[in-house]
Amino acid sequence: MSINIKTPLTREDARKLKAGDSCLISGVIYTARDAAHKRLCELVKEGKELPLDMKDAIIYFVGPTPAKPSQAIGSAGPTTSYRMDAYSPTLIAEGQTGMIGKGKRGEEVIAAMKKHGAVYFGAIGGCGALLSKCIKKAEVIAYDDLGAEAIRRLEVEDFPVIVVIDSEGNNLYETGRQAYFASL
Amino acid sequence: MREIKASLITQTVKKLCIDANCHLDDDVKNCISKFHSEEPWQQAKEILERIIENYEIADDKKQPVCQDTGVACVFLKIGQDVHIDGDLTEAVNEGVRQGYEEGYLRKSVVRDPLDRVNTGDNTPAMLYTELVPGDKIEITVAPKGFGSENMSKIAMLRPSDGVEGVKEFVVKAVEAAGPNPCPPIVVGVGIGGTFDKAAYLAKKALLRPLDKRNSVEFYRELEEELLEKINTLGIGPQGFGGRTTALAVNIEQFPTHIAGLPVAVNINCHVTRHKTEVI
Repeated sequence: MSINIKTPLTREDARKLKAGDSCLISGVIYTARDAAHKRLCELVKEGKELPLDMKDAIIYFVGPTPAKPSQAIGSAGPTTSYRMDAYSPTLIAEGQTGMIGKGKRGEEVIAAMKKHGAVYFGAIGGCGALLSKCIKKAEVIAYDDLGAEAIRRLEVEDFPVIVVIDSEGNNLYETGRQAYFASL
Repeated sequence: MREIKASLITQTVKKLCIDANCHLDDDVKNCISKFHSEEPWQQAKEILERIIENYEIADDKKQPVCQDTGVACVFLKIGQDVHIDGDLTEAVNEGVRQGYEEGYLRKSVVRDPLDRVNTGDNTPAMLYTELVPGDKIEITVAPKGFGSENMSKIAMLRPSDGVEGVKEFVVKAVEAAGPNPCPPIVVGVGIGGTFDKAAYLAKKALLRPLDKRNSVEFYRELEEELLEKINTLGIGPQGFGGRTTALAVNIEQFPTHIAGLPVAVNINCHVTRHKTEVI
């Protein structure tokens, strides 16, 4: 049974999600990966305005392939998240409530998630063609010069994710493995 | 002496870049299906179903299987009786340039590892050449994603570490990678040679079809034993738990120095891509 999430995702709703929950996200999410995160954090440091409203925002760590003429977006699966660990705590403090990626996160990110109320979702890595079907519209809103790494505003419908780390720090990478061993 | 035009190399590389990124080979598909049918953990089974659905969509829509269409690793086996009419490196790069543009593939290469400005056309290719007897060129294009590449490791073990040391190093590398390289993974292992040769062997090992084992019995058994060990780690597809952590372990070995035992582990994700054509 999946939980339906409508964006924006409030702190309060983020805190209700638990590691292992399957969710379907609908609404607006934003893309950003290494280079865009670096620029966003520089703006925060300088006290300048960000090109997107971080309050209650979900950021998807993805650099899609170019869209064919008939498509809203090309293949668009998650990239490995730990590369954003240096930046995520800053953006969570700015209001971000959700991250979508794959792979482990550092302690500093988990501490920020617990403190502010944010959640880390996993999408299936290597399933870019499948996931792109849930993205109905994509528009570059900042850093066009970064190509695949530009910030895009995505309109998604029933985008499938699973809560990997919740706002209490529970971690599916640990509990999932333990549950599997317990079943043997 | 047979003359091969550089433009034919360009055309072939272009085609292989697009094919490799949009269509997984049957050996990879069959292997994923086999592990899907044997996977005892329900959530893991469901993830493998999504992975199968994904490559079927990619086949159908001629769309990249994964958004990380990689750096283009291009392996050329050049017959020593071939004369190439034109600049070989430029011919390969032009093929990559055209393939990544016309195939709607992502351009993921930066011109300098520290200033990090995208080259905009996915060049240069990582080009490896080998001279072989004959008058043909075998071209293999293997786009390599970096989620898995980043989890690769190399060690200069002591000869006294022996096969047990190799096993421990490989299994630990996979365990440390955990969910990051998009398991189920393919593990390329290079044993022997020099520091750089071991890494090259590990990458080359990833080119071997997943249903083809090492031709030397000792290494074939080592591949099987390592796969079994890795699939008891419990990492599972995407790291959410389960049996299917790896689809295959491919080892390539080479003579080495009396003082050394280099071992390299090059990890690939389930989107293991390679297409070959002989011209």
